[in-house]
Amino acid sequence: MCSFMLVFQIIAKAAMTVVIGFEGSANKIGIGIIRDGEVLSNPRRTYITPPGQGFLPSETARHHRAVILTVLQEALEQAGLKPADVDCVAYTKGPGMGAPLVTVALVARTVAQLWGKPLLGVNHCIGHIEMGRLITHADNPTVLYVSGGNTQVIAYSERRYRIFGETIDIAVGNCLDRFARVIKISNDPSPGYNIEQMAKKGSQYVELPYTVKGMDVSFSGILSYIEEAAHKMLESGQCTAEDLCFSLQETLFSMLVEITERAMAHCGSQEVLIVGGVGCNLRLQEMMGVMCKERGAKLFATDERFCIDNGAMIAQAGWEMFRSGHVTELPDSWITQR
Amino acid sequence: MAEESSMAAAELLRQAELLKQGAEARLYRAVFLGRPAVVKQRFPKRYRHPVLDERLTHRRTVQEVRSILRCRKAGISAPVVYFVDYTSHCIFLEEIVGSVTVRDHIASTQETHPNPERELEPLADGMGQILARMHDEDVIHGDLTTSNMLLRSGASDLVLIDFGLSYISALPEDKGVDLYVLEKAFLSTHPNTEALFDKLLKSYAAASKKSPAVIKKLDEVRLRGRKRSMVG
Ligand SMILES: Nc1ncnc2c1ncn2[C@@H]1O[C@H](COP(=O)(O)OP(=O)(O)O)[C@@H](O)[C@H]1O
Ligand SMILES: [Mg+2]
Repeated sequence: MCSFMLVFQIIAKAAMTVVIGFEGSANKIGIGIIRDGEVLSNPRRTYITPPGQGFLPSETARHHRAVILTVLQEALEQAGLKPADVDCVAYTKGPGMGAPLVTVALVARTVAQLWGKPLLGVNHCIGHIEMGRLITHADNPTVLYVSGGNTQVIAYSERRYRIFGETIDIAVGNCLDRFARVIKISNDPSPGYNIEQMAKKGSQYVELPYTVKGMDVSFSGILSYIEEAAHKMLESGQCTAEDLCFSLQETLFSMLVEITERAMAHCGSQEVLIVGGVGCNLRLQEMMGVMCKERGAKLFATDERFCIDNGAMIAQAGWEMFRSGHVTELPDSWITQR
Repeated sequence: MAEESSMAAAELLRQAELLKQGAEARLYRAVFLGRPAVVKQRFPKRYRHPVLDERLTHRRTVQEVRSILRCRKAGISAPVVYFVDYTSHCIFLEEIVGSVTVRDHIASTQETHPNPERELEPLADGMGQILARMHDEDVIHGDLTTSNMLLRSGASDLVLIDFGLSYISALPEDKGVDLYVLEKAFLSTHPNTEALFDKLLKSYAAASKKSPAVIKKLDEVRLRGRKRSMVG
């Protein structure tokens, strides 16, 4: 009996799969380790630019290069693992910024060869969705994916993720970031976080353009309107910077909740999962929650550890792929900006 | 008067049967002066700021009624508007009795028919034609999906509904985006229907006087979608 249990445990242990994931498609560099759905470690660094400035590809890549080996060491140490314990090395194949993607892919490729482990190129968007599903246990949700580069409403049908709605111009995070630059809001820890805090102190609702086209949205009109009007409104004392943050959030998030609801009605879905960096905004989560309640639906969301770009999400998507028999051969281990 | 009628509307809805919770409104079955009707009520959305909510709800009720009338005047099939109450944001519409949405019709044909593609071709033709006529009247629907088109019972007549996001524009760009929105909704809702949608576009192009500029814009908008940067 006893020895049977022991054998069983050894087999069970041997069957466990450990995947390390490398993410660096934008201004975050993260490395995470996952063992069968358990996050063993997930350290991350962010390249922060001065107020008024965005992050450029080559400088972002330089930042990632400077810290990536430290982050790798942290990931292994926090997980209490040696390279030999890792079964597969996953990295972000794209979409994202070229230079940072190349930098991180290069390191992933190198360690895979050094450690003699298979390599796996992972789609960044799938990483967000798989991580959200792992953490929240959402079963078959309509997914709102909102970040600096993406705004999409996605649902799973016929064995594929399908995009039902999206932005027809800029992403919601991009709109927030660029607004922050206009009125010089700090990028530390992130422009979105600071807008969220300022919005809590705003009270006056300033009317902004509102553009929804079916399940699609457009943000460029709002951005150019506010770029044009912000300084005038602030100088004339018509409203405060906090009021602008408040009004911008209320408008953008209403549009996002509206298209999510439209996709749910169209697909007959009763679950929503919010993923991506903008998804950790509590006001967005609150508004989505109210909508879900009115429809008798359920909301799933995660906090900044898993919403914002991180290594564990790449490890998790890689884990799913590895378990279903995928690997990426070295000559195929390219990256793609789209 | 407005208050009285809105009280009456509220009273009516209490007794009415909830037909559907749509994307933004609730639809109730009712009888209006002896005729089968649906009441489309845009109830307050508590997730959004009350000022924004009132503004959107009012504008959409107005636009819906306006565009339905414009279509009907041009002989394009849409439900008759019986009555509007701008206080409770209710529109009383002709019920398209025994109708199914094009969405459900395509889905069930795909499930049951041996050659759904062939079977659905006339429908794709019909959709292309009705949309061409709508665009020729400069009506931009704003929310084209297969849920927002009905098929009369047993017939192949299409009826356009749900004009809340509609507006009037003669710009090819606006019409191109209208088709782009439909294309994505169509292809994501109904897998493996690329050829069918192509058929729809061909019939649109043949039926509309102004189609070359619109199709050109559609191609541009598609390309823009593919070129969008996806950082972060
Ligand atoms: N005039 C009508 N006759 C019969 N059914 C209708 C009518 N109008 C709407 N419906 C049904 O109700 C659903 C939702 O209506 P719709 O106008 O699209 O509202 P929403 O804006 O909430 O989507 C439609 O998809 C259709 O099934
Ligand atoms: Mg509808």
